[in-house]
Amino acid sequence: MFLINCPYCGPREESEFHPAGEAHLKRPANPEKLSDIEWADYLFMRQNTKGILLERWVHRHGCRRWFNVARDTRTNKVLHVYQMGDSPPTQLKHIKP
Amino acid sequence: MYLCGLLEPVPCGLSDTMLSKSMQKYSIYALLRNALNFHENWHRAWRSPAPKPEYDVIIVGGGGHGLATAYYLAKEHGITNIAVLEKGWIGGGNTGRNTTIIRSNYLWDESAAMYEKSLQLFEGLSQELNFNIMFSQRGVMNLAHSLSDMRELKRRVNAIRLNGIDSEILTTIQIKELLPIINTSPQSRYPILGASLQKRAGIARHDAVAWGYARGADSHGVDIIQNCEVTGMLRKGGCITGVETTKGIIQAPKIGIVAAGHTSVLAAMAGIRLPLNSYPLQAMVSEPIKPIHPCVVMSNAVHVYVSQSDKGEMVLGAGIDGYHSYTQRGSFHVVEGQLGALCELFPIFSRLRLVRQWGGIVDISPDASPILSKTPIKGFYINGGWGTGGFKATPGSGWSFAHTIARDEPHELNAPFTLDRFVSGALIDEHGAAAVAH
Repeated sequence: MFLINCPYCGPREESEFHPAGEAHLKRPANPEKLSDIEWADYLFMRQNTKGILLERWVHRHGCRRWFNVARDTRTNKVLHVYQMGDSPPTQLKHIKP
Repeated sequence: MYLCGLLEPVPCGLSDTMLSKSMQKYSIYALLRNALNFHENWHRAWRSPAPKPEYDVIIVGGGGHGLATAYYLAKEHGITNIAVLEKGWIGGGNTGRNTTIIRSNYLWDESAAMYEKSLQLFEGLSQELNFNIMFSQRGVMNLAHSLSDMRELKRRVNAIRLNGIDSEILTTIQIKELLPIINTSPQSRYPILGASLQKRAGIARHDAVAWGYARGADSHGVDIIQNCEVTGMLRKGGCITGVETTKGIIQAPKIGIVAAGHTSVLAAMAGIRLPLNSYPLQAMVSEPIKPIHPCVVMSNAVHVYVSQSDKGEMVLGAGIDGYHSYTQRGSFHVVEGQLGALCELFPIFSRLRLVRQWGGIVDISPDASPILSKTPIKGFYINGGWGTGGFKATPGSGWSFAHTIARDEPHELNAPFTLDRFVSGALIDEHGAAAVAH
């Protein structure tokens, strides 16, 4: 169990939230032009980061709003929380979304 | 470790190579003979060699699947110049962290064939390896708690039987006869309406499976190198040529990745992206009690699975923690949910105390089926994505992966489990199809 600082409600227990995987995945601009390999890459292939992961969470049993989290998957420590649509914090710019 | 020279000088004088060539056969006679020497002359079960600069095949990952792969490469394909590299100790990852359930009651033909092959290999494994893996075919029961559960269960049992695998339906009364401690009251929140039973399914000693394969592989000349972490992959053009490790560079034209939760990390070293995500899966055991629970029970709806080990502990497991992690631990609310389910099914266990709880990192693919496959890099093979249900597949996984590496083409058993299926769309969707979220 760890704490997540919801940008709308403040720090709450992880059990109130639901994780939804890698953040900043880009929806294809021209889906009709995508090859099968590109579709597979968009739909299925993931970084599965061991280290600092940029991911999406939803405060399911709270405000029910979505936001992004930077968390270290080696320790579960939440490093940063930022809103949907925002870029990762500048100190995490080196991490490939 | 040995009492060198005091009583019997023999074991200390043996070099590593000599040990491998003179593997002691375990038998009642060997036991009696060694009893006369106060059990101080047992050989080590496998050597602990320093890595050679070059091998024909390197297996990265010394869990059950990796050791089985090395064993079958040596035994079935005559390739013995093999290193198994393990970053910790063999069998210390998911092999030693699972709930030891073995079954083959899968819905889809591809999965049924793979898991049934494994079950058949398990049936002869203690004899074959001359190592008691304590395989106990005590039966696995999958409970149904609603009418739709029952319909789904019947469909599965019929599909499984059509694949020639034993499976049958039990009524609530039959369940109660087999397992008197289970709560079959119609008043309960999730009443038990029936179950499927695979009698040939059961449990085995997970450590012994790793140790047995390690000893078997070692006796064929395979080098098992522990405390050796792979830190990089060496490529030349489109071919793999070796690995960088904490014990130096080791070269090989063929490398098989069998690293469960760390499959993506190792594949990324070779520049390959995989459709895998790693999650913690928790399990736990209770204090030991007298025999009370004669089979394995799994419930998808209330979500817990439980069996009683030969030591008497109740071995418990359930679902994953939902977030990506490599921490080998999980959150308490997942434990709480699973124990709630346990007490719902078995009120008698409410006063049982837990003694150990742990997590393992499982790599889950989008269709919850494994990847046993060649890759775009020549000589680079992946065996992963077993998710939460890999232990039961240990022999079949190693057997078919050995074929894939030796022949550079998949066996018909693992041909459907390629990496290409995520491009072609020929997925093997076992998320809901396995008898429990596995």
